[in-house]
Amino acid sequence: MQPFSAFNLFRRALGGHTSWQAQWRQPSLKSEYDVVIIGAGGHGLATAYYLAKEHGVRNVAVIERGWLGGGNTGRNTTIIRSNYLFDESAALYDHAVKLWEGLSQGINYNVMYSARGVLMLAHTVHDVQSAQRHIHANRLNGVDNEWLSPEECREFCPPLNIAKNIRYPVMGGALQRRGGTARHDAVAWGFARAADALGVDIIQNCEVTAIRRNAAGAVEAVETTKGTVRTKKVGVVTAGHTSVVMGMAGVRMPLESFPLQALVSEPVKPAFPCVVMSNTIHAYISQSDKGEMVIGAGTDVYPSYSQRGALHIAEHTLDAICELFPMFRRMRMLRNWGGIVDVTPDRSPILSKTPVPGLYVNCGWGTGGFKATPGSGNVFAHTIARDEPHPINAPFSLDRFRDGFLIDEAAAAAVAH
Amino acid sequence: MLIINCPYCGARPEVEFRHAGEAHVARPAGTESLTDEEVVDRLYFRSNPKGMTVERWRHVHGCGRFFNAVRDTVSDFFVTTYKTGEPKPDLEALKAGAAK
Amino acid sequence: MSFRKAAGGRIDRNKPISFSFDGKTYQGYAGDTLASALLANGVHLVGRSFKYHRPRGILTAGIDEPNALVGVGKDDAHYTPNLRAPVIELYDGLKAESQNRWPSLGFDIGAVNDLLLSRFIPAGFYYKTFMWPKSFWTKVYEPKIRAAAGLGRAPETPDAARYTQVYQTTDILVVGAGPAGLSAALSASRSGKRVMLVDEQAEMGGSLLHNLTEVIEGKSASEWVADALTELKANPKVTLLPRATAFGYYPHNFIGINERLTDHLANPPANLPRERQWQVRAGEVVIAIGSLERPLVFPDNDRPGVMMAEAARAYVNRWGVLPGRRAVIATAHDSAYRVALDLKAAGIQIATIADLRGDVSGELVSAAEAAGIRVQRGAVITGTRGRKRITQAHVARIQPNGTAAAPEAIACDLLLMCGGWTPSVHLFSQSRGKLTFDEALQAYVPGQSVEKERSAGACRGLFDLGAILEDGWKAGADAAAAVGGVVAPFRVIDVKGSVKESGGYLGALPHGRNVNTVKAFVDFQNDSTAKDIKLAVREGMRSIEHVKRYTTTGMATDQGKTSNMNALGIVADTLKTPVPAVGLTTFRPPYSPITFGAFAGLARGDLFDPLRKTPSHDWATRAGAAFEPVGQWMRAWYFARPGEDMHAAVNREVKAVRSSVGMFDASTLGKIEVVGPDAAAFMNLLYTNAWTKLGVGKCRYGVMLREDGFVMDDGVVGRLAEDRFHVTTTTGGAPRVLHHMEDYRQTEFPHLDVWLTSTTEQWAVVAVQGPKARDVVRKLVGDFDLSKEAFPPMSVAETAIACVPGRLFSVSFTGEIGYELNVPADYGAALWEAVFEAGREFGITPYGTETMHVARAEKGYIIVGQETDGTATPDDVGLGWAVGKTKPDFVGKRALARPAMSAPDRKQMVGLFTEDPKVVIEEGAQIVLDPNQPVPMKMVGHVTSSYWSPTVGRSIAIAMLRGGRARIGETVYIPMPEGTIAAKVVEPAFYDKEGERLNG
Repeated sequence: MQPFSAFNLFRRALGGHTSWQAQWRQPSLKSEYDVVIIGAGGHGLATAYYLAKEHGVRNVAVIERGWLGGGNTGRNTTIIRSNYLFDESAALYDHAVKLWEGLSQGINYNVMYSARGVLMLAHTVHDVQSAQRHIHANRLNGVDNEWLSPEECREFCPPLNIAKNIRYPVMGGALQRRGGTARHDAVAWGFARAADALGVDIIQNCEVTAIRRNAAGAVEAVETTKGTVRTKKVGVVTAGHTSVVMGMAGVRMPLESFPLQALVSEPVKPAFPCVVMSNTIHAYISQSDKGEMVIGAGTDVYPSYSQRGALHIAEHTLDAICELFPMFRRMRMLRNWGGIVDVTPDRSPILSKTPVPGLYVNCGWGTGGFKATPGSGNVFAHTIARDEPHPINAPFSLDRFRDGFLIDEAAAAAVAH
Repeated sequence: MLIINCPYCGARPEVEFRHAGEAHVARPAGTESLTDEEVVDRLYFRSNPKGMTVERWRHVHGCGRFFNAVRDTVSDFFVTTYKTGEPKPDLEALKAGAAK
Repeated sequence: MSFRKAAGGRIDRNKPISFSFDGKTYQGYAGDTLASALLANGVHLVGRSFKYHRPRGILTAGIDEPNALVGVGKDDAHYTPNLRAPVIELYDGLKAESQNRWPSLGFDIGAVNDLLLSRFIPAGFYYKTFMWPKSFWTKVYEPKIRAAAGLGRAPETPDAARYTQVYQTTDILVVGAGPAGLSAALSASRSGKRVMLVDEQAEMGGSLLHNLTEVIEGKSASEWVADALTELKANPKVTLLPRATAFGYYPHNFIGINERLTDHLANPPANLPRERQWQVRAGEVVIAIGSLERPLVFPDNDRPGVMMAEAARAYVNRWGVLPGRRAVIATAHDSAYRVALDLKAAGIQIATIADLRGDVSGELVSAAEAAGIRVQRGAVITGTRGRKRITQAHVARIQPNGTAAAPEAIACDLLLMCGGWTPSVHLFSQSRGKLTFDEALQAYVPGQSVEKERSAGACRGLFDLGAILEDGWKAGADAAAAVGGVVAPFRVIDVKGSVKESGGYLGALPHGRNVNTVKAFVDFQNDSTAKDIKLAVREGMRSIEHVKRYTTTGMATDQGKTSNMNALGIVADTLKTPVPAVGLTTFRPPYSPITFGAFAGLARGDLFDPLRKTPSHDWATRAGAAFEPVGQWMRAWYFARPGEDMHAAVNREVKAVRSSVGMFDASTLGKIEVVGPDAAAFMNLLYTNAWTKLGVGKCRYGVMLREDGFVMDDGVVGRLAEDRFHVTTTTGGAPRVLHHMEDYRQTEFPHLDVWLTSTTEQWAVVAVQGPKARDVVRKLVGDFDLSKEAFPPMSVAETAIACVPGRLFSVSFTGEIGYELNVPADYGAALWEAVFEAGREFGITPYGTETMHVARAEKGYIIVGQETDGTATPDDVGLGWAVGKTKPDFVGKRALARPAMSAPDRKQMVGLFTEDPKVVIEEGAQIVLDPNQPVPMKMVGHVTSSYWSPTVGRSIAIAMLRGGRARIGETVYIPMPEGTIAAKVVEPAFYDKEGERLNG
């Protein structure tokens, strides 16, 4: 792997940058791998990277139907935070935040993790109680999260409207200073490049058409549009398409896939210093390094694989943005798109072994998977390599639905998503 | 915003409706007899198909009635809607019809 | 206006206009755009590019403009950044400023990126560096990058404008009022069907407005447009919407259209909104949005004075502006020859036409040569000179091996380029129609449709005016026929002066220069060059989506309108694959940027979300109540008297309820009437409790579960008759509960004969609570026997209340004697006042939600959503007694029987007494058993409710504690930032545990 550095950038500039190599190979599919990861999004690529790096499993293929990073990795609003309520969630997401903090150096790719702070607004007495519960739990879990008064919110985020006479006045907010954003494409590319350098084959434009099981029921091969691959271990990391892929192995999932929209404004000079989220009125906003306001909506209301959402959902989001930031009303929507998010009944992810030996699944991240990318890949790699979960993802098993130990963050926050 | 054909009221805009989950997941009469596995499957596990799906909607800001629909989750377009209690349509036949 | 023609164009020379750009005042005419007026004044340097801060001019005459972006507004409250100069209509006093430059447009420090640094900052350079030291990204590098990025500045003052929305249906929607669209609207409207014609420009007509050569049915193009519009305007079934952009094509022919109403006016009338968003449901849609001219990718193709060829023709013919005096034209398409002829006719010297094609010939070429214009075949531009305005173009012959020979420098002040025409397939693609690649055109065109739409004219690859007009006619007629209209399906439209045109090129041109140092721009605004795209491909970015994201090509505010096809060409050429194999980026809404405020429309302030007020709202406001939002309701929180804070007010209110009497507006409680022969059977299935034996006139506290066994809602239910229940729900839960009940009634238990009606809005409810409650209520119910024998707690009766037919409940959520008085909602305010009057002699005290909360917590009554959070079973919150164990079935029963639902270490509701009785724990605080353990601590529960109890004279708290009931008597700890709080686990009832006061 050609190292990325200011020095190399300078040196290769003198040759007109003609000596840069491909960041990853275009390998052909081999007939056998130790592990096949289905889905070359951030989570799948991270899984492959950590399999190779931490578990010495390098004979790995990551098979991608389209192009790497083309699903939710390249479509989300890039929010990173770990101030979740339950111990299990806080441990999982904070594991990810700790990895984010050294990720650029670790994979030698600037993923632009920017800890500019995530401020979650409270608009009702109930919101305040919920935020306090989170803050107290986070403190005891060693996860930073602090309460800000409306005035402090405004100081942290000057464009915020804290007038008392608006329909849902800001009653304060919970701030996680280590929260922030990262550059989504760079995460996929960086993991792809680093995994590739360790010998992982990334096979793009290759669709898995079947998962074959042997007489004992265990995974034995994966059939693709580029041929059959023998393997004893398959990790499914296909987000919105998980039900479809798991269906190939005959496994039914506790998932529904919903459209989730996001949009950006035209780029402007720095005007928004942090990330602001409001679950009550469905508004999520930050400003990208390029200058675009990046805005997330709530999910649409019916299951869909269409990768587009309804106009009225995007409208509702902009209602909220204009209410909280009335100076942005004159700004303009540049681009609006949709992704497919897979949602579990308790709104917590599944990182788990499955009833099929050799089949592992990483899914159910709903609207918030990006933030977990390195942590998710890290513990999922452990799960696949050792055939047993890492202590951090043990609670996120598929069995929890059968056993009744749900990790119900949505219910706990009493929000609709 | 989709147009949804309520079997009772006719074509109306999506905002009048509320999606109500997968259809034909009937609540067994004697729930006592179910195993825990069956209970859990019914509560949490879903088909979530890519393509034709059979689902329930309610015309909540209209007649208030629940009904069933066949919809293509790739295009979001409805193939048909029918009243609660009517049998599940033959999806293969509908697919063949849609292909024409 | 030294570059204004003496005559001609569609501007009004009788209406001079004054405007300013970067503080300097200029003159223009009514009908000008900012771009045409600047050009008329000889101003070409208008902006700076995103990354290299290169000086930039006006490239186009339309919405695809990537360079000439300005900020406009008389003050910050009216300021809009990033507007495109070619589509800004000029008005008197317009104030515009350039962007992304410091200290000035003419001298911009940022240009150092171009002059010195550019070779070190190729595409994606930021992914390769800025990683050391680790802490520098957030603190040093990122702020610098952010400050350099962005285009205009965001306004800092709340927007002063108003926006509205309109919902409309139409039989036929025609998008685009160029030749195809006008023709389609004519045929469609003659069918008698309703037609909407929308166009983004102020004036309808599209390219016909600058077409001076062709003659349509014996009329000049502009006369034909005028006649067409006259006919359409006279038709009452036709709606014409100029200044309206169809920005999004949503499922089922639902089209978003943004109409701009005031931005072109110097003094907008106060009653007009700034923009109006139309959401149109169309029976049929005709897309007639034309095509876009492609730039040519050659070194330094971005200097001020480099312009799209057809744009120059438009400036000359439509606005009477000379964009230069001496032009070089670089082309790969015949249409540039028409431009050359028109410009020459306007007095602009055409230095040469450098045509990429070696063997070009035809009527237009001959005409140009006959007019004395030099035509160089097989020639390219290999470079240009002139930093703030082009001074030279370097024209070179393409040698047989495809490389460029030594160039000839040709002096010019205008360089026009035409790489051919790209059909605008944006809306078709948004409709999810399938695009196909037309090899002959080297362009994507509409293929299979999904929606009820058809494309007409240039947007589907037709470029001959006669063919476009006839295609438009047919599209309009077909659309009309599809909605049942009748009109001649074909019409021959005679056009004279047309010449068949062809040509076109995708990708970068040969230039014979050092590929590592020249900049041939593909995406002008984002400064991505051919070199950048090749670098991306070299680095493994092979899908067009990867190239786009790595180089940012096509992600500028024109969303690739000028750049996408050339980028595809370069990638295909680099990979040696056909263009379609590279893929195509998805076209996403909006077609062009749309104001946020237009999406929000009137949904602001009070209209952001419906606000529901209780009957006593005005009274409470007058009484100085503080309010809290609960869902959409606004409820009185507490009634502070002068000098009181919340704490003092609540203490007083609680004491009044305990010692005398208080009144509370409980109207927000959800209410559902359950009626029918099978009403009791239905209630048995929906609630955990048993209802069959509940007597008429009696009430019971009911618990409702979801099918998964967790508590969903609760409330008091009164039985009014054998077949009639008055069900109450939580305030926030009312719609959810009704939906849940209807679901089971209609789909699971259709055999039950029962009806449900929401009556939340029908009944106003005043709760009267306290030892004197009976005395107060007695005064309002006439002869009704309120004695505890005749009307004991948990009774219900239909009786007159304050002379109004009502429903009287003896229920208590405070633990005191209590009544809930229900009257028809219209009488709610009157009832409130009547109760207050009746209670005056007892010192009746209005109280709010906070006192309600304290009083119920003192009694240990739960609030669903506070003690429960969707993961609590009835037993967890001490409601096991309410579960009918012998009932054969109820919703949630089976799920409740799973082993995990009765595990001994579940979180259970308990009370907490802090060791220091004065300390009130924060709600949401977490509980641990060992306060000295290291972080992360093992948490065993959390505090759900916590108050100062004036009745008990100490703090009280309710908590959900793991295995809590077994821990009663133990001490637990609540670690807080200020220190750890120790608390004793107690029964979750703090006052009158036996409930004797209810019987008082």
